[in-house]
Amino acid sequence: MKKNNTPNEENFIENNVIISVNNLLKKFGDCTAVDNLTFDINKGEVFGLLGPNGAGKTSFLRMVQCISPRTGGDLTVFGLDPDKSHISIKRLLGIVPQENNLDPELSVYENLIQYARFFGIKGRIAEEKAESLLKMIELTDKRNSSIDAISGGMKRRLVLARALVNDPSLLILDEPTTGLDPQARHFIWDHVRKFRDEGNTVLLTTHYLEEAERLCDRLLIIDNGHILAQGKPRDVIENYAGEYVVILDNSEREHEILKANSLPFTPMGSELYHFTRNPQPVMKIFMNEGVTDIISRKATLEDVFLVITGRSLRD
Amino acid sequence: MITFSEISGSLLRTKDVWERNFRVFMKTWKVNFLPPFIEPILYLLALGFGVGSFINAIEGVSYARFIAPGLVAISVMNASFFECTYASFVRMYYQKVFDAIIATPVGIDEVILGEILWGTTKGVLYGCAVSLVLIIAGLLEVNLIFLLIPAILISGFLFAAIGMCFTAISPSIDTLNYPAFLFITPMLLFAGTVFPLSVLPHVALGVAMIMPLTHSVEMMRSLSGIAPGGFFLFSVLFVIFFSSISAIYAIKRMHRRLIV
Repeated sequence: MKKNNTPNEENFIENNVIISVNNLLKKFGDCTAVDNLTFDINKGEVFGLLGPNGAGKTSFLRMVQCISPRTGGDLTVFGLDPDKSHISIKRLLGIVPQENNLDPELSVYENLIQYARFFGIKGRIAEEKAESLLKMIELTDKRNSSIDAISGGMKRRLVLARALVNDPSLLILDEPTTGLDPQARHFIWDHVRKFRDEGNTVLLTTHYLEEAERLCDRLLIIDNGHILAQGKPRDVIENYAGEYVVILDNSEREHEILKANSLPFTPMGSELYHFTRNPQPVMKIFMNEGVTDIISRKATLEDVFLVITGRSLRD
Repeated sequence: MITFSEISGSLLRTKDVWERNFRVFMKTWKVNFLPPFIEPILYLLALGFGVGSFINAIEGVSYARFIAPGLVAISVMNASFFECTYASFVRMYYQKVFDAIIATPVGIDEVILGEILWGTTKGVLYGCAVSLVLIIAGLLEVNLIFLLIPAILISGFLFAAIGMCFTAISPSIDTLNYPAFLFITPMLLFAGTVFPLSVLPHVALGVAMIMPLTHSVEMMRSLSGIAPGGFFLFSVLFVIFFSSISAIYAIKRMHRRLIV
């Protein structure tokens, strides 16, 4: 994709690092939202930021977006300081916020045109851009609809299109698929991948490990502003949980069987979780003992969290 | 050091914010242009010709003519103030329009200044509409409109900026009712609009003299030559000073509210 933005990202970045985070700190009064984070995000990767609500994901994104000053540490985006070079940085960003903040007083098409204008893109160029984006998100026939009249999935697609109006080099998506149906979800995923394949960088947050697994080249799990785990999605799951989880009733009999076979387990309310790479032998043991109330499924983000927090409690 | 290109870039972005509101306004312009014409007609009928029928003359002019400059000032105040309070609050808080805009190269300062200038514009549109009605009613001379426009403009900026201050500090849309009733309504009645300031007792006069609307009304009176109070220059300076302070304060508080 041709970039007509000046300054171009290439002017600034070194060593392929798009975002550099060093001992980054963000406090709101006494509350620490981001606590001494250090990591880099490289050009051309889809980088996932995972964590529960209140983990510090959105606080971090806001600092990258230059709309929240950091309390301490260093942060550079395209090699620039968000406190000083917010205009240059924001020119190169595409933002998909958690909440759809489309302009409800403008039509679908006008939303794109007006947003382009905020980037200094106007006239013929803006119109052509808006047309091609409408085509991309398959909303050409809804161009004159009001925002209230289109579905949730359509709104999300329009927010994505709006984020691409300035041909950004870095796309930031804050929980892009929460509450979407499978079709809309796949649509977003496809376009995120396409964007990355054009040599751009993506930073996204999500609650879904499935999403992170499918989409992210690398991810970071944070909670309370701390890094809990990081790496490639597969590695994170296998290192911190296991590929599969076997779920049993939390009762005496199951406890005994697990202990007898020296299988590690984690109690979780009325259930017992056993993480493993290969669930078949464990399933067999329980089947042989006559336990039929047993489920095996792929490990998820929640499972990883459970294990991580469980471990840190024991430490 | 701030360079010329930085300033012109900032002004362009401010204009883009203004233009967003203008674009929305023009979508329903037929509806939007009705109130400023209807409202002064109602005031004129009730006060000018209703109450006025019991009054021979006030400061040497008919009552309808006496209230004419006040009607212009009130209309500007209402249009600008309410645009930058309730309407801006809805855009900021409910529609998240400000959040969407500051994700682009447009900064919060430019958003707020753009909003204030849009509030100013609405004041100017309403002020001119009212003046037109008053001219047609034979209460103002046609050529006066050119004299009044600069006064309408700075009055609009004044009340837009004041409104934005309240929006910036208001925790919810309901708390905006306080300035609407405790600040706007008293001014509407006591700022030399419907009776001369000279009627007011000493203390009340002192209060009236620090009311922004008093100075807006005085500018309209002096420029139209209808019962001027004789402190025109002071009023101009007051309006310019008060509006600048308000605009700066509004931008500062909005920064604190939205850039956290």
